[in-house]
Amino acid sequence: MSDGRTEIERPLSPHLQVYRPMLTMMMSMAHRVSGVALAVGFALFAWWLIAVSAGPEAYAKVAAFWSSLPGQVLLFLFTWALIHHLLGGIRHLIWDTLHALDKPTIERLAWATIIGSTNLNLLLWIVGVWMRGSL
Amino acid sequence: MRTPLSQARGLGAAHKGPETFWRQRVTAVANIPLVLFLIFSILLHIGSDYATVKAYLAHPIVAVLMLGLVLSVTVHARIGVKEIVEDYIQSDAIRMPVMLLSSFFVIGAGLACAIAIVKISLGA
Repeated sequence: MSDGRTEIERPLSPHLQVYRPMLTMMMSMAHRVSGVALAVGFALFAWWLIAVSAGPEAYAKVAAFWSSLPGQVLLFLFTWALIHHLLGGIRHLIWDTLHALDKPTIERLAWATIIGSTNLNLLLWIVGVWMRGSL
Repeated sequence: MRTPLSQARGLGAAHKGPETFWRQRVTAVANIPLVLFLIFSILLHIGSDYATVKAYLAHPIVAVLMLGLVLSVTVHARIGVKEIVEDYIQSDAIRMPVMLLSSFFVIGAGLACAIAIVKISLGA
C-alpha cells in the first residue's frame, strides 16, 4: 500500500467551525492563546532585563516605552494573561487529581477563572497605582 | 495479585514518557508563587528610575527568585508552545522548522534573561 510518501492524507474530524461555541472550548483556547502571548511577553521581559543590565541610557529608552500609553496597555494585558493562565493552570492541576471533572463544576470553574482573572488584574493595578502614588 | 498493569501504570511500555507531562506540572506549580512575585515586581516598578530598578534586581533574594522564574518559565513555555505547534501544524515540512524556531525563541529569551540577571546582580 505504501507509495513512499511521508505525509499520509488521513481523514480529518470536523473542526472548530461545525461546533457551537461553548464556554469550556473557549476556555481551552484562551489558555493556549494566553500561553503563546506569555511566551512573546517573556521575550519582552528579556528585553527589559537586558536594558537594565546594559546601563542607564538603554534603560531610559525601554522605560519610556513601558511608561507610555501603548506600553501600559500592553503591560495591563500581560499581567491579565499571566493571571488568567495562572488560574487556568490551577484548574488543570485540580483536574489532574481527578477532582472537579463533572460538567456543572467545570462550568463553574470556567466562570471563576474568567471573573477571577479580570477582577484580580483590575484590583492589582488599582493597588499598584495606589502604592506608587501615580501612574 | 500482581498484574502487568502495575508495571505499565505511570511508566508506559518504554518505562518513560510521562516526563514531559510531569515536567509541565512541576514547572506549573513552581510558576504559581514565582509569577505572583513577578506581577508584584512589575507593578511596583512601573516608572521607577534606573538606580531603583537596578538595586531591586541586584538584591540576592530577588535575583534568585528571578532566575528561578526564568528557568521554570523557559521549560514550561517550551513544552506548551511545542504542544500547540504539534497540534495545529499538519505538514511535516512546516512543523519541524516552526518547532525548532519556537524552541530557539523561548530558550533564547530565557538565556537573555538569565545573563541579564547575573550581570545585574554581580554589578558588572
